[in-house]
Amino acid sequence: MTAGVLEATLQAKIADSKKCLLPYITAGCDGWLEAVYAAAEAGADAVEVGLPFSDPVMDGPIIQQASDLALSQGTTPESIIAAIGNSHFEIPLVAMTYYNIAFHMGHERFASSLKAAGFSAAILADLPVGEAELWINAAGEVKLETVFLAAPTSSPKRCQLIAEKSQGFIYAVGLLGVTGEREKLAASTAVIAQRLKNITDKPVLVGVGISTPANAVKAAAVSDGVVVGSALVRILLETKSPEAVGEAVKRFRVALDNV
Amino acid sequence: MSEAAVLQNDPGSTGRFGQFGGCYIPETLVPACQELESAFRAAWSDPAFRDELDGLLSSYAGRPSPLTHCQRLSEDIGAEIYLKREDLNHTGSHKINNVLGQALLARRMGKTRLVAETGAGQHGVATATAAALFGLECEVYMGEVDMERQALNVFRMRLLGAVVRPATTGSRTLKDAVNEALRDWVATVETTHYCLGSVMGPHPYPWMVREFHRVIGSEARQQCLDLFGALPDLVVACVGGGSNAAGIFSGFATDPQVDLVGVEPEGAATVVRRVPGVLHGSMSYLLQDEHGQVLEAESISAGLDYPGVGPEHAHLASIGRAKYFSVNDQEVADAFALLSRTEGIVPALEPAHALAWVSKQRHDLAGRKVLINLSGRGDKDADQMMKYFAQ
Ligand SMILES: Cc1ncc(COP(=O)(O)O)c(C=O)c1O
Repeated sequence: MTAGVLEATLQAKIADSKKCLLPYITAGCDGWLEAVYAAAEAGADAVEVGLPFSDPVMDGPIIQQASDLALSQGTTPESIIAAIGNSHFEIPLVAMTYYNIAFHMGHERFASSLKAAGFSAAILADLPVGEAELWINAAGEVKLETVFLAAPTSSPKRCQLIAEKSQGFIYAVGLLGVTGEREKLAASTAVIAQRLKNITDKPVLVGVGISTPANAVKAAAVSDGVVVGSALVRILLETKSPEAVGEAVKRFRVALDNV
Repeated sequence: MSEAAVLQNDPGSTGRFGQFGGCYIPETLVPACQELESAFRAAWSDPAFRDELDGLLSSYAGRPSPLTHCQRLSEDIGAEIYLKREDLNHTGSHKINNVLGQALLARRMGKTRLVAETGAGQHGVATATAAALFGLECEVYMGEVDMERQALNVFRMRLLGAVVRPATTGSRTLKDAVNEALRDWVATVETTHYCLGSVMGPHPYPWMVREFHRVIGSEARQQCLDLFGALPDLVVACVGGGSNAAGIFSGFATDPQVDLVGVEPEGAATVVRRVPGVLHGSMSYLLQDEHGQVLEAESISAGLDYPGVGPEHAHLASIGRAKYFSVNDQEVADAFALLSRTEGIVPALEPAHALAWVSKQRHDLAGRKVLINLSGRGDKDADQMMKYFAQ
């Protein structure tokens, strides 16, 4: 299979000896669409757009709060997909949500509407590889890449399976826990990143708990780049300022480019 | 496949009951669920484990629980009513059956800490009890709303040495407590066992929890044969996640002449409405809006206030082996009082749903033998009902 747009984009970056940066923004919070533009402008290689779900079990307090807020303001999967569809981005977009959103809309309809709106890939946080066959087929039909997560608890054998199935990149969950800001980088980050790097040529990006440029640099040293979520969503919630999000993304970009 | 083969069986490594079940959880927890499945398979076929559990169930939990024929209630309703007395178990509900099994299993797996969710507090109390008994750490998540309406159980859990943490998001009830317990487990999975309280969640929980409650159905079946020389015509149980119902149904699932009835609250009539969805690890029926966002359930009973249901109930409903109905809060309050007055037994609000349905359907049940699972006692609800009746 030839690589999709997301994977090709990240591979080109890696071939250039650079590290990848994927900011995450919860859609439906005030200023979210402008924040996605600002992140792209500030040097993101792709942006993850969170479609809020009522029961985000993989998320910590900040993204929970953002999701609740977005839902209380009437945000729906359709409204986000429409907003993205009416926009234009030069970089790939990745939709991130929970499986019931896709299941309820129907695999085919969800996959094709994401693709039609301009998304390149999807991440379903509670859909592990063992349950994903129907979804992968539906997404594959419309050439939407599906990114799978690997965790510190995933054995080398499971990592192999995840690496085979994952498209775009492999999302290495850097620590045992839900999303949220952490002061220190967990020791498990290097272990899971190395385990994946040993078995795959696909891009390996570390996410969950990457909240400072310094930690991003450390995580990127053992991987191909990072996903930064809660740290940016907190800024958006506190300041409602897309520019402030852009500035924060810039700080991560500069730090990653100067190693 | 014969009908018997698809009823209450081993759902295999994929954890499927027909199209329902499965293991829909973040990758971090998948290996833990796989480890749990193999540990449970090994333990369940190990006579030493079974003996130890049976010993605890009798010497500590007080099993077998009796079967009570209700003389005055039967006259009132016009059907022969029998109660399976899970209210007489230690800690006051059926929940202890599952918890003793899981605590033994946790110890066998070398886990030192239990985390649990609770609605009415009965599962939390049972978990805190088992943790005290085995010297395990214990943390229980409970919706803020439920902590208020089931304050007695919050006190009991703390007395038993558990840490009780409020779930402050969403509806602040059972669903949100499960979210918090899962988030805890994602971070602590290496040392912690998630002691899930119903036949829900990712594989192997729906199957394992039903097996731990199978004792209810096995005992009840034999007790019916001993007491009146026949099987009941009808077995009725309340359904939140569905564990007490799964337990008692298991004794009769392959007796086609026995009707199985699950009773839900009107505001959480998940199986009655039959919309498939995925929440907390399994595919089942789910209360949700037109976008797939989970709706908040609403019920007088904290233990049934849940928008999902165990996947095996979705399966039993879809193949028509069990039927599901709902009752409203007023009918439940009436049934709560009815059993108290006619039999001197104060039921928990949860099984009062089963009683309420039987009372409401009395015209169709004339002369029939009805077995109701009295899954718990009502002490925990006294305070709430005092206020309810005062209104
Ligand atoms: C006495 C009693 N019955 C029933 C339930 C509902 O659980 P399930 O549907 O799993 O039996 C509860 C839950 O708290 C309970 O306390």
